Amino acid sequence: MIRLEKRPRPSRTFAWATPLLAVLATFFFGGVLFALLGKDPVQSILTIFWQPLFGEFSFFYRPQLLIKGAPLVLIAIGLSLGFRAGIWNIGAEGQYIMGALFGAGVGLAFYPAESVFIFPLMVIAGAFGGWAWAMIPAVLKVRFGTNEILVSLMLVYVAEQFLASMSLGLMKNPEGFGFPGSRNLQQYDSAHNAEIITNSGMHWGVVAAMIAVIFAYVLLARHRLGFAVRVTGEAPRAARFSGVNPGRLILFCLGTSGMLAGLAGLFEVSGPAGQVSIDFNVGYGFTAIIVAFLGRLHPVGIVLAGLLMALTYIGGDIAQSQLGLPAAAIQVFQGMLLFFLLAFDLFTNYRLRFGRTEAA
Amino acid sequence: MDLSAINPILLIAALMSAATPILLAATGELVVERAGVLNLGVEGMMITGAICGFAIAVETGSPTTGFIAAAVGGAVLSLLFALLTQVTLANQVASGLALTLFGLGISSLLGQGYVGVKPPRMPDVNFGPLSDIPVIGQIFFSHDPLLYVGLLLVAGVWAVLRFTRAGLVLRAVGENHDAAHALGYKVVRIRTLAIMFGGALAGMGGAYISLIRVPQWTEGMTAGVGWIALALVVFASWKPWRVLLGAYLFGGITQLQLNLQGAGVAIPVEYLAMSPYVITIVVLVMLSADKSAAPGSLGRSFHASS
Repeated sequence: MIRLEKRPRPSRTFAWATPLLAVLATFFFGGVLFALLGKDPVQSILTIFWQPLFGEFSFFYRPQLLIKGAPLVLIAIGLSLGFRAGIWNIGAEGQYIMGALFGAGVGLAFYPAESVFIFPLMVIAGAFGGWAWAMIPAVLKVRFGTNEILVSLMLVYVAEQFLASMSLGLMKNPEGFGFPGSRNLQQYDSAHNAEIITNSGMHWGVVAAMIAVIFAYVLLARHRLGFAVRVTGEAPRAARFSGVNPGRLILFCLGTSGMLAGLAGLFEVSGPAGQVSIDFNVGYGFTAIIVAFLGRLHPVGIVLAGLLMALTYIGGDIAQSQLGLPAAAIQVFQGMLLFFLLAFDLFTNYRLRFGRTEAA
Repeated sequence: MDLSAINPILLIAALMSAATPILLAATGELVVERAGVLNLGVEGMMITGAICGFAIAVETGSPTTGFIAAAVGGAVLSLLFALLTQVTLANQVASGLALTLFGLGISSLLGQGYVGVKPPRMPDVNFGPLSDIPVIGQIFFSHDPLLYVGLLLVAGVWAVLRFTRAGLVLRAVGENHDAAHALGYKVVRIRTLAIMFGGALAGMGGAYISLIRVPQWTEGMTAGVGWIALALVVFASWKPWRVLLGAYLFGGITQLQLNLQGAGVAIPVEYLAMSPYVITIVVLVMLSADKSAAPGSLGRSFHASS
């Protein structure tokens, strides 16, 4: 007879070991999945996790790590603040789209003027777009007690439709021969989020992600607001007594995560993606949820988790072209990771006891 | 623009069909939530059901078998959620999200070979002379069998929850799991069964989209219907008949929006397409003031020792 016994306090060892265990289990079951798809499991795993870092063309893939990792980290940092306090912003994908639209909109409005002020203005507009979109669920929750999970999610579908209408209408490239999609911002110097150091993958989005990580770390470790976030998550009633204003906290957490998601969208659309198009968003907003949990909602953990997740994207692309592994397999792989993580988390708070249950 | 092209009788008949996927999924989720579990994985279970049902219907040539497969697929996927939340006591919100992300991935993986394939058609129920009655016949007696199954399920769930001992136990587990446990009811087992029931209905709802509403397979084709179903349970204050009302309201909006698109209304298509989501938010706001109807233990983990 196996039973669970609640630990007096969460195990620190398991808090760190859980992500590693989850990654190992995902390797194993991912391998089984690849074998079921008729691919050599060992070769598939190596292709995904070894080739981008140390393979023949790693000089090409390594910068990609920063390019794909930065938006994930940026979004996940914001989400983690809310998740810690029990405020569930699930609509980062929508905030990402709105940030990109606001930012790109400002850039396109100035075309073809050249000025050093255009890009900073776009950054502000992008942050504002994401923030404003997140304020909808936040204000509704504070004012009416509406469920923020459902509202923020519904807004993703609204944002997607809005994106489609923008890339077919207002923002459509007038010189684009009627194809949907905006002008390419990569070809517009003042609005281009170019690499800061050539061939390093280092663009302004990466810088912003680093700043966000430091900001979050300091906030959680040192600042009163960070204390409010932690207390609200662990003991909501105690938080109320210690003077935390729940409404203000909701506005802060959703606003910050929306702002960071909006920034991620702006840096993506003005850099790697280049243009507003119907499907320029690739689900970073949802993958960032996995990143946040895998990183244990801790800033440093999120950086590591973001890089790992970026690796699965890059390695997945390689596996797709070299081994013919379907792109969806990587999505399943990522989903599995979150499953195992949640399951193994049991050992952080409980311990297994073997033997008979004594009669109560 | 030609609004007279919209035939109100056909509109009502079509809205019943548009409402059925939401109705099935929301009825399942209602049972899950009445048992005290918040499963946010409805979207993932629906899309998995959509591809399971589609694939099996295409392979066997039988839509009925497809629907059974969809129910099984949804239930099996929901077992993962049950395992996470009931056995390993993981956070229900996070587990539900994991289920959706995983379901979206697995469905597009399974669906690789089925893009562009036509599924076998499910014939409408033959009501004989009833369907020849003007107006009423067209509205009520011209549908596929699953639509009626959906209606029967609502009635069944209502009756079971209200009049039977099993329903009482289920509600007790949802209201106060500690008290139910003290009375000797198997909280985890009852909840697991409820979760599987919800998964099966969500799967069938998904298959209704891929086999009857759209008759084809495209990745992510449930496009948020699962989330609307979740919102609907709140809208319905956890009452089965209100789920029916809500589903028809949303089915009506979806259908009207499509009709307006067809009639060439001057509003851009994208703005019409976002209307069901916007209206869902508006309805959520209007109803969010009253949370008194929510089951007491909703969303809380249960562990016998704590």
